[in-house]
Amino acid sequence: MQRRFIAFLICLLPLVAAAEPKVYERRLDNGLKVLVKPDHRAPILTSQLWYRIGSSYEYGGITGVSHVLEHMMFQGTESHPPGEFSRIVAENGGEENAFTGRDFTAYYQNLAKDRLEISFKLESDRMRHLALADKEFTKELEVVKEERRMRTDDDPQSLTYERFNAVAFDASPYGNPVIGWPGDLEQLQLADLSDWYRLWYAPNNATLVVAGDVDPEQVFSLAETYFGPLAAEEIRPPKTRSEPAQHGEKRLEVKAPAKESYLLMGYKTPAVADAAEDWEPYALEILSSVLDGGDSSRFARELVRGDQIAASAGASYSVFQRLPGLFLFDGVPAKGHGVADLEAALRAQIERVRSEPVSAAELERVRNQVVAAKVYEQDSLFYQAMMLGQLESIGLDWRLSETYVDALAAVTPEQVQTVAKKYLTPDRLTVAVLDPQPLDGKQPVRPSLGIGGQTHVR
Amino acid sequence: MFADLIFAGLKSAAARGGIPRAVAPWLALLLVGAPVAQATPAIQTWETSNGARVLFVAAPEIPMIDVKVVFDAGSARDGEQAGLASMTAAMLDEGAGDWDADALADRLDNVGASLSAGVDRDMTSVSLRSLTRQPALETAIDTLTAVLAKPSFEPKALERVRQNRLIALRQDEESPGDVAQKALYRAVFQNHPYAGDPSGTSASIAAIARDALVAFHARYYVAANALVAIVGDLDRAGAQALAERITAGLPKGEAAAPLPKVSPLAAGSLQAIDFPSSQTTVLAGQPGMKRGDPDYFPLYIGNHILGGSGLVSILMDEIREKRGLSYSTYSYFLPLAQPGPFLMGLKTRNDQAEQARQVMLETLERFLERGPTQAELTAAQKNITGGFPLKIASNGNIIQYLAVIGFYKLPLDYLDRFTDRIAAVTAEQIRDAFARRVDPERLAIVTVGRSQEPVVETRGAD
Repeated sequence: MQRRFIAFLICLLPLVAAAEPKVYERRLDNGLKVLVKPDHRAPILTSQLWYRIGSSYEYGGITGVSHVLEHMMFQGTESHPPGEFSRIVAENGGEENAFTGRDFTAYYQNLAKDRLEISFKLESDRMRHLALADKEFTKELEVVKEERRMRTDDDPQSLTYERFNAVAFDASPYGNPVIGWPGDLEQLQLADLSDWYRLWYAPNNATLVVAGDVDPEQVFSLAETYFGPLAAEEIRPPKTRSEPAQHGEKRLEVKAPAKESYLLMGYKTPAVADAAEDWEPYALEILSSVLDGGDSSRFARELVRGDQIAASAGASYSVFQRLPGLFLFDGVPAKGHGVADLEAALRAQIERVRSEPVSAAELERVRNQVVAAKVYEQDSLFYQAMMLGQLESIGLDWRLSETYVDALAAVTPEQVQTVAKKYLTPDRLTVAVLDPQPLDGKQPVRPSLGIGGQTHVR
Repeated sequence: MFADLIFAGLKSAAARGGIPRAVAPWLALLLVGAPVAQATPAIQTWETSNGARVLFVAAPEIPMIDVKVVFDAGSARDGEQAGLASMTAAMLDEGAGDWDADALADRLDNVGASLSAGVDRDMTSVSLRSLTRQPALETAIDTLTAVLAKPSFEPKALERVRQNRLIALRQDEESPGDVAQKALYRAVFQNHPYAGDPSGTSASIAAIARDALVAFHARYYVAANALVAIVGDLDRAGAQALAERITAGLPKGEAAAPLPKVSPLAAGSLQAIDFPSSQTTVLAGQPGMKRGDPDYFPLYIGNHILGGSGLVSILMDEIREKRGLSYSTYSYFLPLAQPGPFLMGLKTRNDQAEQARQVMLETLERFLERGPTQAELTAAQKNITGGFPLKIASNGNIIQYLAVIGFYKLPLDYLDRFTDRIAAVTAEQIRDAFARRVDPERLAIVTVGRSQEPVVETRGAD
């Protein structure tokens, strides 16, 4: 199961081609930043609108509001009734969706190259003229609660991950689930959404990214036509609770109906935005690949195949986040081993990267994988655009997507050891264990909205 | 690993249980649209010297290559040993030729190549992605060739893979969606080989012997039973040489025999499985259609309207938009070599399960009665034809099409003609095809959740 998550993450990694298609940039007078990446391989485009708003901007009592608002963005504007947005996109052969993360909310349409105007017309309309009607809100809130049950409450590993984050972070909003705490969803009001919408849905808080078979000047001109007239908003930087220093290791246990146990370990780590040294996040990313980047990595070779302690074991880390996050380990014990054996094995692996440098051969393997992934990335227009939007949305420069491969390639074995020693320390650690409860139906059911967890979702 | 992303619509539901993962790639293929004005990929085809069929599309824009080798060796070939095909595939990269699992992994990772094997009910497919520069390509192709022809089925590795599969099967039991999916296939296909899940059962996996894997490999991993799909930065001569090398180790062998026919259900059924979840998963299905089916296009567009077009489908409107009952609801036909399932599904809070199930079934019955409106049909045709360029935009898309076109022996101009065939379908044809092919009285229904109903109850044949 973890394998799949990790494989997906690798797809998301910022391996946007450095040399190849150039990115064109323009800022409209109202502050909307427009990025265009021409790619003429196929007669299509992706149009993505990224807002700098997500669950990490939320505070206690209204968690989940960014995501519910994202749902409401499909429920009608002053000039389009509910559902019409999707009907128009569909009639134009478009694929569309939206996603909410900790640091951003993004909307996209994939279209044939001559349909960009459809996207701009509809997106500019709902940027400032959302209807936010009571009836649709009441219904959509129920949809979101169902979504939460599906993603988190009825998935023991997801539930463990949600509660793990809540314990790992004492103050950081990364402790809250993107989908929101059940109690907060219960008390959410339409007025909360209206406020949130007015505060954050504005041209000067968004990045428009278009990639595909387009001419940059025509895209800029079309953007001016549709988004240009929208008024800017005064955007006050959010007051984010920063995470205080951790004093000692934390542990938790999550009981849920399940058959197999599950272990999660996370160490507090910096991201690009707040690293003490520019190279540190890249060294952490290389470290995650040495441990878990393919079947030749240490975890697959030593924990799954060699010692056969793990049925699966993973390591992951995200360079690009708005706030400091976690270097994560997770795994499922192999037959004949308990979760304690797996934890001991992971700790031994961690101790090893702290006490000795990774080998030149391992580093070379990771570099080759990174370079290859950069080439493969060119096969997906969507992810190329996504990387630009994500970087801008977390307050970084989209050009980091172009220097990413070089930054990784420059990491030395000593730097990997340095970050391991500095950050993989017990005082930064949180450990969560899923304690499986019987599935035989004799147990009391979890209340459908009583307790909850966080969401790890693709 | 944990992307912390939530999608508004169906994308993630498809990826995560709303629609079974094993089916997701096929769904993508079902969404084939029609060529508009632009060129469809030029497919070249030939046979290797030992009789494997090759489909190739040159894609010189990116210095990379995708290869997919497909054998007529899906789980429908498991016989009495459920999971045999998938265990055979799972052992391919655990040792082959002179290389053990570590050596195989090193060879691929060191050049940034990726290799994977997958099994569904019809196919075993082995996929490779590599750079075309050297030494990457040589290394990757040699590795693929060994993995296909000379897997060692090393006993110790087999025991490990077996134990980890047993753990994965136990994890499936934690998932109400997986439990429902497996139960529904059993109810829809009964004694047909499509009834079993490709991953097998705990009992069958525990019992599979090494000899059985060796025999399965020897019987089905042969050139006459293989299709090689190639997309990438090669010319025809290069692709021909590549296909020869990939298949060189395979004996000619024989193609697999046709699978048995699927019988229609004699009666409807309802199975309510008690499960400690907050939602109830509701699935309903029956045998649907096969690849190349004469009713393919009317059924395909009709289903698109009913429950195959995400946020704008009729099911989505009734279940989610009007009533807020479920995050995701859908219907699909999964066309296989023999008729695969027609399936509808949703997940809703336990106390709403009965209501949601009724709305879902009533929506189907209404659609069967009246068929699509002309407006619905026109909108669907525009969506499918207008979206076609998106479906063939990447090498990753095209390799999937080649596998399906080649494996199911669809005509090579299948994509070229798609637009016309979509455009030619009438509302009356859809109504007629659904009336003949979908019987609401003979649906197998499975619910998994904490409901008040008796554990097993059968809906009579009325």
